[in-house]
Amino acid sequence: MKKPAIIQKISNIKEVKAFIYLLPALLIITVFQIYPIVKSLAMSFYTDFDYLTDEVYRRGLDNFQYVLTDPDFYLALKNTFIFVLGAVPLSIIVSLGFALLLNSNIKLKNFFRSVYFIPFITSTVAVSIVWRWMFNKEFGMVNSILMIFGVEKINWLTNPKMTIPMLVLLNVWKGMGYKIIIFLAGLQNIDERYYLAAKIDGASIWRRFTSVTVPLLSPTLFFVSITSVIGSFKIFDEVFVLYDKQTGPLKSGLTIVYYIFNKFNRYWQFSIASAAAFVLFIIILVFTLIQLRVGQKKTNY
Amino acid sequence: MRKRILHKTIIYLFLLIGAIFILLPFAWMISTSLKPSNEVLIMPPKWIPSKLVWENYKIAFRSAPFKRYFINSIFVAAMVTIGELITTILAAFAFSRIKFKGRDILFSILIATMMVPSEVLIIPNFVTLSKLGWIDSYKALIIPWCASIYAIFLLRQYFLGIPEQLYYSAKIDGCSDIKFLWLIMVPLAKPALITLAILKIIGSWNSFMWPLIVTNSEHMRTLPVALSAFSSEAGTDYNILMAAATMNIIPVFIIYLILQKHIVAGVSRTGIKG
Repeated sequence: MKKPAIIQKISNIKEVKAFIYLLPALLIITVFQIYPIVKSLAMSFYTDFDYLTDEVYRRGLDNFQYVLTDPDFYLALKNTFIFVLGAVPLSIIVSLGFALLLNSNIKLKNFFRSVYFIPFITSTVAVSIVWRWMFNKEFGMVNSILMIFGVEKINWLTNPKMTIPMLVLLNVWKGMGYKIIIFLAGLQNIDERYYLAAKIDGASIWRRFTSVTVPLLSPTLFFVSITSVIGSFKIFDEVFVLYDKQTGPLKSGLTIVYYIFNKFNRYWQFSIASAAAFVLFIIILVFTLIQLRVGQKKTNY
Repeated sequence: MRKRILHKTIIYLFLLIGAIFILLPFAWMISTSLKPSNEVLIMPPKWIPSKLVWENYKIAFRSAPFKRYFINSIFVAAMVTIGELITTILAAFAFSRIKFKGRDILFSILIATMMVPSEVLIIPNFVTLSKLGWIDSYKALIIPWCASIYAIFLLRQYFLGIPEQLYYSAKIDGCSDIKFLWLIMVPLAKPALITLAILKIIGSWNSFMWPLIVTNSEHMRTLPVALSAFSSEAGTDYNILMAAATMNIIPVFIIYLILQKHIVAGVSRTGIKG
């Protein structure tokens, strides 16, 4: 029924041309990014189906009901939220601090910036393996350094209370370089004259920071906080490797994505995993919208 | 004056502490990777091994088919990068230079889909790939990653910055679209393309969850997947394990050393555009 209209539209030479240029990208994006979004939502309502033949016998809200009443899912939510709450502010504060230091007129600026960036390019898996060895209770480097200061050996990896702090630390370490570079770019866009004016008015360093730097840096701060929140909600690789394919002591490292991964990869519960993935999407969406809202009010462009 | 020197000293001190915090894990990794076995599990640890055992690298390399994993990782990273650049150049050209009906709507839909976390896509994609019979093949590792909305968005912005007049004058001279794109736009957009290529190579080299899910036979593994499996097998042979981890990091590290400037410029550019 629709065909004649489409043919008519395409008959326009420009459309044909555009279509040819877009075809390779659109083909892949449609099959592997747009279709799966629709499919994933549909799958989350399948309660009885055969994934190989794609036959669906029954649909319903059972998967969502299952996920939303599953204590493990709540644990995953809790762990993920605590992680996000710890990792995002801390990594922003640390990175901004170093960016400010680097932005002051010093030598070796490029050297330090390059060093800080190294963790960002290295594989999370390799890095997590190294951390596992660093924090080894008996023979790890961290405990041996602490021993010099007379601190007793700490169970970094087997004490459930340590799991989230460990992940936060790893996250700050890994993401610092990237955030520093973005902050530096933002800081360089601030006109020197504002600082001079503030200085003449007798503003202290702290006052200059809160009244000049922060407001003028707000678009960058805003960008970094949105991307860090989204990224932190999706933590998985670090836990998987740091705790050797487990979810940490007493499931203290069970995160939302880990939950999805387990349901999908370990138990082959595709529809439950889809429902959980959709809940994750909604959470990220809500957080992004809230941040956009706050950002619009607070950001000075 | 003295106050200023003190001020500077404090700044350098902080920067130095930061650098130590960043480099310590790497130092520990390399130090362990060169230790003889009897020096790995001692307390307090020796930072400098009594003799450097390069043999550890050989052992690590031989104890698993790491040659194969290296080839897999290199091949996948190369194909994915080439694939993405081709699809991105073509699509960005259409979105920036050809005025066709529904262009803005189509573009908005693409941008909106960027919001969806990739974890949502994994399950249907796995089903699609298994239906196509692509599971455990290079196709599964490569093809889904050969197009990126983010890359199209970035390159489109760059293309839009190239003056329109250039396009019209080339047209008047009888230059075809594809020729114009290839001979003029692509060379002009080189910085953006280099950025995209580097980010893609690093991303592909380090990606873990996807290769973990779509490969199951040993010979299809990429380096991170292999390393993760190896780390469970290696037990307490931390020197061998650290040698394997070092091998995993070195290629990307070399790329970083060579292309540092481009990477930094690229990151600050992509960051601000957000």
